[in-house]
Amino acid sequence: MNFDDTPEEAAFRAKARAWIDANAPKQFEQELSSASLGRIRLKNADIVEVGKAWQKKKAEAGWACLQWPKDYGGHGASPIERVIWQQEEGVYGKLTQPFQIGEGMCGPTVMAYGSEQDKRRYLPKLASGEEIWCQLFSEPAGGSDVAGLRTRAEKRGDDWIVNGQKIWTSGAHYSDYGLLITRTDPNVPKHKGLTMFFLDMKSKGVEIRPIRQANGMQEFNEVYFTDVVIPDSQRLGAVGDGWNVSLTTLMNERMSIGARLATGFPEMFAFCANLMSENGLAIDDRATRSKLASWAVKASGLKYTSYRAISALSRGERPGPENSIGKLVAGTMLQDIAAYAMDLQGAAGALTGADEETTQGQFQQMLLTSPSMRIAGGTDEILRNIIAERVLGLPGDIRVDKDVPFNKVPTKGRG
Amino acid sequence: MNFDFSDDQKQLRDQARKFLAEKCSSKAVRAVLDGQSPYDRELWRGLAEMGFLGVAIPEEFGGAGAGHLELCVIAEEMGRALAPVPFSSTVYLAAEALMLAGSEAQKRKWLPRIASGEAIGTLALFEGTGNPSPKAVKLDASNGVLNGVKKPVADGAIADFVIVAARSAATGRDSDISLFIADTKAGGVDAKALTNLDPTRGQAELVFANCKAEPLGAPGEGWAIIAQVLDRAAVLVAFEQVGGADRALEMGRDYALDRIAFGRPIGSFQAVKHMLADMYVSATLARSNCYYGAWALSTNAPELPEAAASARISATQAFQHCAKNNIQVHGGMGFTWEFDCHMYYRRANALALGLGSLSYWEDQLIDRMRKRNAA
Repeated sequence: MNFDDTPEEAAFRAKARAWIDANAPKQFEQELSSASLGRIRLKNADIVEVGKAWQKKKAEAGWACLQWPKDYGGHGASPIERVIWQQEEGVYGKLTQPFQIGEGMCGPTVMAYGSEQDKRRYLPKLASGEEIWCQLFSEPAGGSDVAGLRTRAEKRGDDWIVNGQKIWTSGAHYSDYGLLITRTDPNVPKHKGLTMFFLDMKSKGVEIRPIRQANGMQEFNEVYFTDVVIPDSQRLGAVGDGWNVSLTTLMNERMSIGARLATGFPEMFAFCANLMSENGLAIDDRATRSKLASWAVKASGLKYTSYRAISALSRGERPGPENSIGKLVAGTMLQDIAAYAMDLQGAAGALTGADEETTQGQFQQMLLTSPSMRIAGGTDEILRNIIAERVLGLPGDIRVDKDVPFNKVPTKGRG
Repeated sequence: MNFDFSDDQKQLRDQARKFLAEKCSSKAVRAVLDGQSPYDRELWRGLAEMGFLGVAIPEEFGGAGAGHLELCVIAEEMGRALAPVPFSSTVYLAAEALMLAGSEAQKRKWLPRIASGEAIGTLALFEGTGNPSPKAVKLDASNGVLNGVKKPVADGAIADFVIVAARSAATGRDSDISLFIADTKAGGVDAKALTNLDPTRGQAELVFANCKAEPLGAPGEGWAIIAQVLDRAAVLVAFEQVGGADRALEMGRDYALDRIAFGRPIGSFQAVKHMLADMYVSATLARSNCYYGAWALSTNAPELPEAAASARISATQAFQHCAKNNIQVHGGMGFTWEFDCHMYYRRANALALGLGSLSYWEDQLIDRMRKRNAA
């Protein structure tokens, strides 16, 4: 048992480190380091533009989408090399946020189902950050129940005509292409009538409206489709096989979101070590110590769980199911930590100004943002179902809509 | 990175699991639970024959000379099987203290007998209510003669020798505490078994009356040695806890698959599925913390104190969580003597206290993290 690289891994790490040291946009290092939670903003620059420049540089030197084949803009690297790269990329990895959905979800789906011509046309530009992709799955009527989606695509000649609405689309407003799942046959049970496409986000009839979130920010969008024309050549997989295609995408979603998880613990520990009240330092208080200790072992537990997964990759094996716990643990931790940090501040904890002396408002922002961590990329409840069913082997839910034609499924609860 | 046990170590784990499945059935554990014997003598002999008692003891002292990673995988299986033997007191406490601080002669005298199963040892630290603290040690040591009462002492009523924390000076500093080895057959020690939460691991009161004992380690070094022994034992007990947590989770899962209510297996209800998923989360976090503890223990790393406290807290929480919710999944049947659920519940809660309680280790962890952050 050890934490050492193999000689090959060490050589790869040294190469990556040297290249990053020579090429990273160091002027943003400080700002990126301190922005540990949620989405990042830079004070004097557009994060998407800075990200694009960094991604392009990486692509030219062969460091972008490392694990992809060379023909499609990657470098044919092994999974462990990708992990090492991520470790070395460190805070600059935050700049890749606009490309993560493309790299982790859209790209792999195009790679699995696209034509050779499409793969050569779209993937290298996705890898280099020149073109950004978004994922259009969730709908007002289909969140956790993705297969309940209602956006229609109807065949007309060699084209499909799309009408409907998507929601929670990260980055739609700066994306060039989108991966879109639609309903092509409402007369069959819900999983059977779906078909996957990709489309140009500048297509006529696509309207993007930002969503104002509960935390006051605007990071997600609603996307409306009104008679949008998509050529049949942009279909991914067979007509009616969209559900299977989407599984390729979603399988990658939980992996990629789990890669860089914030728990709030380091910030909380530092806060408690410095917060002085009339009774002394917060960290000397029995109740606070007990909470800190419980969070500490969750944070270290997640860290060493990921080390176990990395070790499996290093041996050339697939990581076990234990990695599925990450977001489930981290989401609730963020929320609990934020609430307790504010509790320690007393009445002043309600103040959200960025100039508040104790925390620059970081826990207040964490409190307001943390609910989304327990919903996006699989709700806590869906994740528990996944653990119960796929890891522990418990039966799936009874699905009353499974064998019913989609257009006969009830659409309203009460009334 | 190779943050995992080796194939040989995993093979040893399988071997231990197979051995315990055969020799340490629920029936065997219940024989001790019901008071038919203070511990399972046949199992103890078997463990010695398998080489498990001396797995981390150097060959020159009669052990297998393997190491602490090997001991960790065996500990996990001992916890999973609820082995009703004085393994933790003899191997994690007494043997570790001897290996850390014993003289050549002391090691020669006791370690081979531990490995062969001839000697049961333990550590006598507590004197009534409270957590490990030099201030709580009142038992008097003057001129190598011990007078006072220790309670509770794990496996104290069946121990052949006891490592005793005693007060040898009165300056108010940690260096007032020294360690001694008392041979319980040599007179001056009176043992009385105490009833306790988990009868499959005995507890006792030991009364020392003019008991002649030889020092273990240098005078005044007692507390420093105990702190190290507790850290090492914390990692090893944490592996027992993780083994127990995993078994309790499996029992709950199996029952949820078999038990039908409202026309369905109860494991198809989300309320039950989510409870089991949360148990899996706890057990997984604990296992990962334990692996880090195992690494620190086996390499004697400077990170050991922090790693040990993390493993201890995480594994204590996981075993308690899994044991109590295993009963909940079983419903009324889980509250019968006949089902094994209560045995895991008892063990989980007894192990949570033995080396000092959760709140004690939480304090330790925070102190140790602060120290590291300050450094």
